[in-house]
Amino acid sequence: MNLATFIQNILNSLTLGSLYALVAIGYTMVYGILRLINFAHSEIFMLGAYFVFWGITLVHLPWPVAMVLAILVTASLGVLVDQVAYRPLRDAPRISALISSIGVSFFLQNVAIVFFQAIPREVYRPQWLEDPILFHGVRVLPLTLFVPLLSLVLMLLLIYIVYRTKTGLGMRAISKDIETSYLMGVPVNRVIAITFGIGSALAAASGIMWALRYPQLQPIMGTIPGFKAFIAAVFGGIGSIQGAVIGGLTLGFIEIMTVAFFPDLAGYRDAFAFVLLILVLMVKPTGLLGERPEDKV
Amino acid sequence: MQPTPQDVILETRDLNMRFGGLLAVSDFSAVFPRGSITGLIGPNGAGKTTCFNMITGFYKPTSGQVVFHGEEVQGRPPHALCRAGIARTFQNIRLFNNETVLENVMIGRHLRQKTNWLQTLVFTPASRREEKEIRARCMELLDVVGLADLAGEKAASLPYGAQRRLEIARALATEPSFLLLDEPAAGMNPQESEDLMGFVRTIREAFGLTILLIEHDMKVVMGVCEHLWVLDYGQTIASGPPEAIRSDPKVITAYLGEEQPHA
Amino acid sequence: MRRGRTILLNVLAIGILGLLLSLAEAYCNGYQTQILNLIAINIILALSLNLIYGFTGLFSLGHAGFMAIGAYVCSILIMTPDQKDMLFLLQPAYDWVQNAQAPFFAAVLAGGAVAAIFGAIVGIPLLRLGDDYLGIATLGFAEIIRVVANNIPRLTNGALGFKGIPAYADLWWNFGWALVTLYVIVRLLQSNTGNVLKAIRDNEIAAKAMGVDVFRYKLLSFTVGSFFAGIGGALLASLLTTIDPKMFLFTLTFNVLMIVVAGGLGSLTGSVLAGIGITVLLEWLRVVENPVNLLGFSLPGIPGMRMVVFSLALIVIILFRREGLMGMRELTWRSLAGVFSREKA
Repeated sequence: MNLATFIQNILNSLTLGSLYALVAIGYTMVYGILRLINFAHSEIFMLGAYFVFWGITLVHLPWPVAMVLAILVTASLGVLVDQVAYRPLRDAPRISALISSIGVSFFLQNVAIVFFQAIPREVYRPQWLEDPILFHGVRVLPLTLFVPLLSLVLMLLLIYIVYRTKTGLGMRAISKDIETSYLMGVPVNRVIAITFGIGSALAAASGIMWALRYPQLQPIMGTIPGFKAFIAAVFGGIGSIQGAVIGGLTLGFIEIMTVAFFPDLAGYRDAFAFVLLILVLMVKPTGLLGERPEDKV
Repeated sequence: MQPTPQDVILETRDLNMRFGGLLAVSDFSAVFPRGSITGLIGPNGAGKTTCFNMITGFYKPTSGQVVFHGEEVQGRPPHALCRAGIARTFQNIRLFNNETVLENVMIGRHLRQKTNWLQTLVFTPASRREEKEIRARCMELLDVVGLADLAGEKAASLPYGAQRRLEIARALATEPSFLLLDEPAAGMNPQESEDLMGFVRTIREAFGLTILLIEHDMKVVMGVCEHLWVLDYGQTIASGPPEAIRSDPKVITAYLGEEQPHA
Repeated sequence: MRRGRTILLNVLAIGILGLLLSLAEAYCNGYQTQILNLIAINIILALSLNLIYGFTGLFSLGHAGFMAIGAYVCSILIMTPDQKDMLFLLQPAYDWVQNAQAPFFAAVLAGGAVAAIFGAIVGIPLLRLGDDYLGIATLGFAEIIRVVANNIPRLTNGALGFKGIPAYADLWWNFGWALVTLYVIVRLLQSNTGNVLKAIRDNEIAAKAMGVDVFRYKLLSFTVGSFFAGIGGALLASLLTTIDPKMFLFTLTFNVLMIVVAGGLGSLTGSVLAGIGITVLLEWLRVVENPVNLLGFSLPGIPGMRMVVFSLALIVIILFRREGLMGMRELTWRSLAGVFSREKA
């Protein structure tokens, strides 16, 4: 492998890794607060992508407008899912909400099949993302720069919200102890809604960029990236935003680099993440940065 | 009278339990003579339940030994210790709520069962006989705690006091030689606590038990225990017969707080 | 109710089932027979998942993986060497795959046994995990099985899968195995070991204090459950006569989970009833996906609508009737007798 390919592989890893990371953040935030694996998150990712291309092809919106609108619509959808399918189950056994989220996931996916049909659709990419840049002899796809940069901006924004605003303080309080947060006057339901909104917005952004990167749309496009992003969240330590970012990037690198160095293993690509998951759970179930929940006797 | 070694059923030697930076129990060394009823008392958060959890295997002590029947057993898993003869109840009652009263006791009995479920598939005579024996034996135990009439009820539906007694029956079903009761009188009215004292003595005689209990109700502690260990902030601050503990200034301070010097 | 009478009634019920099956064999068309067969297999799958999740409290989402193992093992054993010669187009099968052969009963049993072995192997590391982590890890296991099936063409014929698997799984085999499953699981749960499994579900800490080696019993339940999942997969392969890795997606586990939740976690009779109801519902819902002619207007079929309705039903059940049809109760002869005598009174 020459240097140019190597650099391209690094950029590809960064791209894939930041896409995973954006989705992983949504999983980790919801899990941190509600102890719920939100299976529907992968469908939020998929719908975000569809909304943009709806906006462009049906309503002829300009690119950036369509993207912002799609992210907003998807964020509201995420909030709606919580209100309808999870909120009534806050006092139920944890597994009930999990089953509900599996139901929502299948529901959204099949609604998408009904509306958009199961066949994959080609995605139109704006020209400025297509033309490769030549940089000291290395051909670089602008997209592989655009995705990590935009992801970085979004993550910095998120870290500002979580650590510098009152809502963020509420999120951190709820993830420590939801009951005490109620007593301390944290507007728990509003903060949870905002959490779902933010998580869904990030997933939508990731879904849109995913569709640009692998220019195809189909209703099941969220399933596998969703699982992998969840695994990234577990790997980094569920509940930890930094962990989700590290986990996402790690997974991106593992996938791209393994296939680059051992092309024979390409067929097993989708299994890497699950093997990683099982190894992590066996060796350090709390992940890299996760805290061990107290096991009270 | 100093107990001779063969009279000691369980002994803890310098048990320490550290959670991160917090030393929950430090150097807990106690001896429990065979057939005794001992109390472990102290203010909330003194480390009493932590001691229970170390003795019953739920926590692995940071250092120190638990010697049971002359053998070091610290760090073994709870089920192994239960098999060896250490049974317990819980401060916050932990019954198998969806099971009947009788089934709760039968689960305790499972550990001494010889036939397995594969034999019940083909109805071997041994397995049928044993299941029948288990049922009969568990009904006897329910009789001892006065719950025989409620054998078919769901455990969750029992009143509070009965749930505590069911927990004890369930522990007895494992055939322990050492029984730990975590706040058995909690939530009981004076009459019930009175009955409890008699009951604790009765089961000691009937089952040849050595009993260690945590209790806040001083009437129960003073009425039933022969020896007391007092913990405060994880330290053993006193031990001795109840009369001596009652007047120990260190114990009084621990419970009532430091007296303010008069200005 | 006396024990003798219960046995008598059970024998009677099996007799009636046998009678119904011979009637079905004589009068039902192929499509109806297919639905009956699917009912039996779904009951096997639901009972096995209910043992793992409903009675032992182990949230497993790996059922499709165990079914895949059972299906592949059984198919390899019942296809003739000549058939395999024709089938393995991409690459020839391994010799031991090529030559392995067994009668149907032994092949199904082998499918279950291999699934059980895998259950034990993945159970040892994974069963130490808490509920939702266990769910996602078992789901990961099932996905790995699928990816592996795609990538070892000399064993599984890769993405093409198997076609023309001998269709031995008729009503008698399927319902026979369903009865065996029901019997074994009922006996297990009625024994004191069954009480122990339920104790682990209800309060793991107390179970430990009662001397229960929790891990060992979790492994037992998981292995027995995997065994019957493998049996179900084996029968399904012979019923459908084609299998490929795509068939064992998470959707398959989802369908079984749906039956178990709808019937009631911790109710075997609930699983049986829901197994019948949901299989019929799923088939009936195919109508919405096929084009229909309504009063001269032809409406096009809507692909995906079936799962929309189905998943909506799951959400509604979880939101409004979390305990499912039966909760943790069972339909017994005694409770049936109670219903009838009340009606008479």
